[in-house]
Amino acid sequence: MGGGNGKGKGKAPGKRLPVEEITPHNPGARLSLRAELGGVYAVWWREIKVFQREKSRVVSSIISPIMWLFLFGGGVGSSVSMGQTDYQNFIYPGVLCMSVLFGSVFFGLYIVWDKKLDVLKAVLVAPVSRVSIFFGKVLGGCTDVMIQALLLSCFALLFPAVNLWMIPVALCFLFVTSVAMVSMGLAIGSMFESLEGFQVISTFLVFPLFFSSGALYPVSDKLPGWLLGVVRLNPLTYSVDGVRGVLIGQNSFPLLADFGAILFFATLMILLGSWLFSRMK
Amino acid sequence: MLRMAIIETRALAKKFGKIKAVDGIDLDIERGEIFGLLGPNGAGKTTTIGMLCTIVKPTSGSATLAGHDIMKEPSAVRRSVGIVFQDPTLDTTLTGRENLILHAMLYAVPKGLREKRIDEILTLVDLKERADDVTRQYSGGMRRRLELARGLLHRPAVLFLDEPTLGLDPQTRARTWEYIKKMAREEKTTVVLTTHYMEEAEQVCDRVGIIDHGKIIALGSPDALKEKMGGYLVVLRVKNPPLDKIRALPYVKEVKPDGDTIEITLEAAHIHLPELLSIVPGVECVETRVPTLNDVFLKLTGRDIRDEESEDSGGWFTAVAQHQQRGK
Repeated sequence: MGGGNGKGKGKAPGKRLPVEEITPHNPGARLSLRAELGGVYAVWWREIKVFQREKSRVVSSIISPIMWLFLFGGGVGSSVSMGQTDYQNFIYPGVLCMSVLFGSVFFGLYIVWDKKLDVLKAVLVAPVSRVSIFFGKVLGGCTDVMIQALLLSCFALLFPAVNLWMIPVALCFLFVTSVAMVSMGLAIGSMFESLEGFQVISTFLVFPLFFSSGALYPVSDKLPGWLLGVVRLNPLTYSVDGVRGVLIGQNSFPLLADFGAILFFATLMILLGSWLFSRMK
Repeated sequence: MLRMAIIETRALAKKFGKIKAVDGIDLDIERGEIFGLLGPNGAGKTTTIGMLCTIVKPTSGSATLAGHDIMKEPSAVRRSVGIVFQDPTLDTTLTGRENLILHAMLYAVPKGLREKRIDEILTLVDLKERADDVTRQYSGGMRRRLELARGLLHRPAVLFLDEPTLGLDPQTRARTWEYIKKMAREEKTTVVLTTHYMEEAEQVCDRVGIIDHGKIIALGSPDALKEKMGGYLVVLRVKNPPLDKIRALPYVKEVKPDGDTIEITLEAAHIHLPELLSIVPGVECVETRVPTLNDVFLKLTGRDIRDEESEDSGGWFTAVAQHQQRGK
């Protein structure tokens, strides 16, 4: 990777074809909606092909949620319960959100890798706008993550407190969460040049989002004031609260407020992500 | 019909900060020709191509490609060009065919034509048998060929090739040029390429432009440029040559004594060499050389294009090795 860095620096400018300063939109030209939708589909199609080829990734991506459910949940649950609800049942919705959070953000950040390997270069010079490419990526990431969520939702059978009929509604919450988080990952990935930032993002963004989302504990006034403040600011809180409300009926906020909050955050991230992606070099 | 150049640039320039990467280029490239932009690294070749593909925004000047203004109609320009980058840009998780399908969708190749066109182009580059293998398993030459195929898939008016043979072994390089010639002929595409392998450019290009410090310093067919160099070069190793006698010969253009040797520029050496040798006694050694584009470059710039080459290819090879190590 060092060589990749070195190539960019120090050498005469313009030696490699730099993918830069692309005019992302051009008021003079007629926007061909058909071509743009084709572009979205093409990028999505590519992500699905890659996903199909890396089936082992699907399996490994649900290992960590399973460990949280059984090794952590089983252990803590042996001496703790949440009111009438068994602890494992209680954290199940939170673990679903966690897997969506991790899968989505890292899918988005993966764009750094694509940039590094020049895979993206050929796509970026195509007569398709950056925004369409961005949406193709978001949809690809969501498909990827929702397949994992679907696999994890099979585990609901093991948790009697979960209302199985409500799983489709929960998946709606998870889908919007996924759109938001993939967009956030792409937004961050657009700004990074190297993979060294991954650890930093994981430590300072993804884990704090997870731990302060109420995925592992109930959001109530019993929480210390500062933590309650953080929890309320965390967009993932509303997604966890919504999914938990839908599946086991234990929500701290009205479900519509939860959905509104996460929808708002997703919109924000789409705007930010597509803007940063369009300016990406 | 009015003959119009497929690419026209007028005072096209690009600055990176204070550095003038491209310093006002006026160039007309005709429909159907194979045009080579030659020059050392950092001369502005890649930046010029970048501007014509609407990847790099010009600082000043203008250009049209297939009748579309590169500043005002970038989408139309993009649809009209195919690009093969210097660095490999294949998606190595996909198969050869899938790479082409992706490209066809991005360039809105109509669905009904897609399959037929992909088969056609795969046949052209002899990759049909390996089309359904993941491209990670392809050799360097095969990857390049697939990239050429991809660049031509949507029938662009102009195919840009940035250093198409860089990093390939000599045999593969020769074959790649054959494919380029064949494709240009069969697809009737205008090809604009950059290279610093002068002798290869000589064999492939109808016309070349030599570019140095962002300016075109020579333009014409390889033969015309070499002719300007003034014919054949003969180097004689001889003690006390009769310089005046040699200079008096009508077909001798230039005589440059250099220690034990003299460099003589001749017109049509194959005819006049025997006579020349007959009037110079005691010749120990004769060497004749047909001028190459590299000589042209040397004469125009005072530098050998190769001086700058070695360091760069090293860097590129390292980059390739790292690509392979990364495995993705």
